[in-house]
Amino acid sequence: MANARPNTFPFRGLAKGLKVTLKTLFKRPVTVHYPLEKEVPVPRARGVIALDTEACTVCMLCARECPDWCIYIEGHKEMMPPAKEGGRARARATLDRFDIDYALCMYCGICVEVCPFDALFWSPDHEYSEYGIDGMLHDMDRLTDWLATVPEPPPLEA
Amino acid sequence: MNFWLLLVIKVVVILGVVLPAALVVIYIELKVPARMQSRIGPYFAGGKYGWAQPLADGLKFLQKEDLVPDAADSSVYKLAPYVVLMGTVGTFVIIPFGPDLVARDLDLGIFYLLAISSLSTLGVLMAGWSSGNKYSLIGGLRAAAQLIAYELPLVLAVVGVAIQAQTLSLNGIVDAQASWEWFGSSPEWLNIVPPYLILQIVGFVIFATASLAELSRIPFDMPIAESELTMGYLTEYSGLRFTMFFLGEYAGMVSLAAVASTLFLGGYWLPWVGDDVLNVLGPGVLLTKVLLLSFIFIWLRWTFPRLREDQLQTMAWKWLIPASLANILATGLLKVVF
Amino acid sequence: MTQLDPRVAMHLSDAAVSVELETPDMTLNIGPQHPSTHGVLRLVARVDGERVEAVEPVIGYMHRGYEKLAEVRTYAQTIALVNRIDWVSGFANEIPFVIAVEKLMDVEAPERAQYIRMILTEMARISSHLIFMSSYPLELGAATPLMHAFRERERILELIEGVTGGRFHPNFNRVGGVKPAAGGGSATKKLIQDLPAGFLQQARDAMDKVLTVCDDLDDLVTGNEVFQARTIGVGVVPRDKALEYGLSGPNLRASGVGFDLRKAEHILPYDGIDFEIPTGENGDCFDRYIVRLAEIRQAARIIQQAVDRIPSGPLQAKVPRVLKVPPGQAYVRAENPKGEMGYYIVSEGGRVPYRVKIRSASFSNLSILPWILENQLIPDLVAIMGSLDFVLGDVDR
Ligand code: SF4
Ligand code: SF4
Repeated sequence: MANARPNTFPFRGLAKGLKVTLKTLFKRPVTVHYPLEKEVPVPRARGVIALDTEACTVCMLCARECPDWCIYIEGHKEMMPPAKEGGRARARATLDRFDIDYALCMYCGICVEVCPFDALFWSPDHEYSEYGIDGMLHDMDRLTDWLATVPEPPPLEA
Repeated sequence: MNFWLLLVIKVVVILGVVLPAALVVIYIELKVPARMQSRIGPYFAGGKYGWAQPLADGLKFLQKEDLVPDAADSSVYKLAPYVVLMGTVGTFVIIPFGPDLVARDLDLGIFYLLAISSLSTLGVLMAGWSSGNKYSLIGGLRAAAQLIAYELPLVLAVVGVAIQAQTLSLNGIVDAQASWEWFGSSPEWLNIVPPYLILQIVGFVIFATASLAELSRIPFDMPIAESELTMGYLTEYSGLRFTMFFLGEYAGMVSLAAVASTLFLGGYWLPWVGDDVLNVLGPGVLLTKVLLLSFIFIWLRWTFPRLREDQLQTMAWKWLIPASLANILATGLLKVVF
Repeated sequence: MTQLDPRVAMHLSDAAVSVELETPDMTLNIGPQHPSTHGVLRLVARVDGERVEAVEPVIGYMHRGYEKLAEVRTYAQTIALVNRIDWVSGFANEIPFVIAVEKLMDVEAPERAQYIRMILTEMARISSHLIFMSSYPLELGAATPLMHAFRERERILELIEGVTGGRFHPNFNRVGGVKPAAGGGSATKKLIQDLPAGFLQQARDAMDKVLTVCDDLDDLVTGNEVFQARTIGVGVVPRDKALEYGLSGPNLRASGVGFDLRKAEHILPYDGIDFEIPTGENGDCFDRYIVRLAEIRQAARIIQQAVDRIPSGPLQAKVPRVLKVPPGQAYVRAENPKGEMGYYIVSEGGRVPYRVKIRSASFSNLSILPWILENQLIPDLVAIMGSLDFVLGDVDR
């Protein structure tokens, strides 16, 4: 096998190790000054879920499919004026509450995947740590705010 | 001058040298390994380059609760860190920083040195025993075993120097190195390098190895061995007392590096410079050598894994002690022949 | 005063000495919180000084009940769970599960999906072994290899994240292929989540870096005399013992058994790829280390070949939108970085499995601990435990 055990020369192994550390000492570090400099996460990174309230139809699919049931949705039907003169009044589902508890969420992405109306998106933003666990429950407004951070999907390998 | 006044001044000056030097070494220990690992290391404290990180760490430790476990032998437990620190700071009494800059030039300097430096191991043993923790106990016992194994080669390595210099006083040893003597004859061109590094190279290597073990630094850090004994004798310590141990470790490194530079690298001495200038430059020269040696210690620590206790004993008894005895013999013979 | 027979007197004095020097055995509780137990393993060790006389591992501190959880979750939800079993090689955990479900449903993933699965599995293997390369020297006291290995592992994780969206928990496999769409819905319905552009080239570059860091690790660790002194001849597992205790993966191969499920069973298209199965000779800690290092190199080789010949095509076979698995049972095992991992799934039809049994590699590898740790020194205990490379999530599930 490669790299057979005995060293040909006493302390050669020790010297080689010292060489590696000395070499690295004069190389540029690979880490960054975190709060001052930031690394850009990849566009697909599952950082936080953004909600488009316009698109959501309160179908509850996401809440049902979530493996740890951390999405809380309440809604009601609103009667909208008919689109055409003389038509029937349309019923439109409106969200009253859409909360995601990020303290429970396991970032599996199932909710985003099952949403049939394109109302949920992943954003790579991840800087929303809180001092208390109750702060991790993001309500509708907060989830809508994340929408601005959703990136364009990356181009694909041919 | 008044004896007591002089004493106070000396104590303050020594502490004023040792503790900042220890802080500098701690800073090197934070920053250099970071770069060796492609990291940045501390960068916030103190603004530029995180230079104040050791101080910030110290402040943080001060705020921590000072825990004494129920099972601990509380008085011994509380005393131990100070014993460790005392042992290491005590060495500096006889380290010459310049021809006249020495707290006390003892005729039996080396004896004093070796005696007081083992005091810190006593502190370690106290800490390990009194913590009332099995890991601490094993750590303390390992430290004791290590002390016995490594004090011998350390002493024997110094004997070679003593024979060479024909004195036990540290000032005498520096003078002997400065006198450009090469077993009687003196080829002057050679004296750029402090002579005992060359004449006593075996002694130097043994001394350096033994002091690594004495300081319980990797590859000989079995008394702490955090992957085996969590933190060895330090396991139960927190807050101020932990800081004392921490400081003691680095002060110990500075003190042993200072001893090694004095014995083998010519101490404060520079070639072609008169005594008056050395009294001014001396401390700087010595500190440079100390930092250089500390860097090597740090470099070794962050490159190597740790040995096993029995392998360390084998190394001490089967290799280092015979080698140092042979070194003494060879030094004596050459001394007689020339 | 009576005169004692000299022999009796000698005997008595002997007895007195041995009474004084008697060192009672000490019970040392290693863990559940201990730096070398990789999580929350607890070892109750009876030690005599530094010598460990007997060890009893206590597990279960990390039990999350995945087998039970799987019974009340749909197949799609379970995929999100299983990659948390061995969290340092998340992607590889999903493979046997989805393939078992595919077997029950009698579908097969398209070839491109299989290649993507293979590439990402090997990446998971590299990242898992790089963790070993970092934690093992750390357990022996060398801290620097850790950062060197992590530096390259970060590259690999970033690639995995670029494809799947998750660094540790990709949740990228679907029954019948890999995740096809970024989300359902009108606007992006056709948005297929294929590999992002440039991925193949980045993978090639990353493999070069991985091979370089392997050389660095050779210099830093493999050749190091201290490391060799600590590992060669320590914790020897002979061939027959390894088989008896059901070791698998690199631990088995280090003992000289060249068994690898990638060669033995082809659940992923490994048959078209040229790679070797590194084996050890002595079964000691050093062999277990060197086998893993060689496996990193082989995995890099596999990826280099796979990115060259990855076919184009669909990512998903045809499966119904609501997954109903016909009644039946299937066991599928795969070569995970830690060893053999298998899922036994019993379905009674419907959206949730009736029963899932998880065979995890670390659990079986750990079973050798009481035998192998008997009469070792405490430092060797750490060295041996580290060399078995288990993850507590994989042990307790
Ligand atoms: S990401 Fe997964 S766990 Fe989190 S809210 Fe969506 S479905 Fe639930
Ligand atoms: S699945 Fe989509 S549309 Fe349905 S409730 Fe959730 S977010 Fe709204």
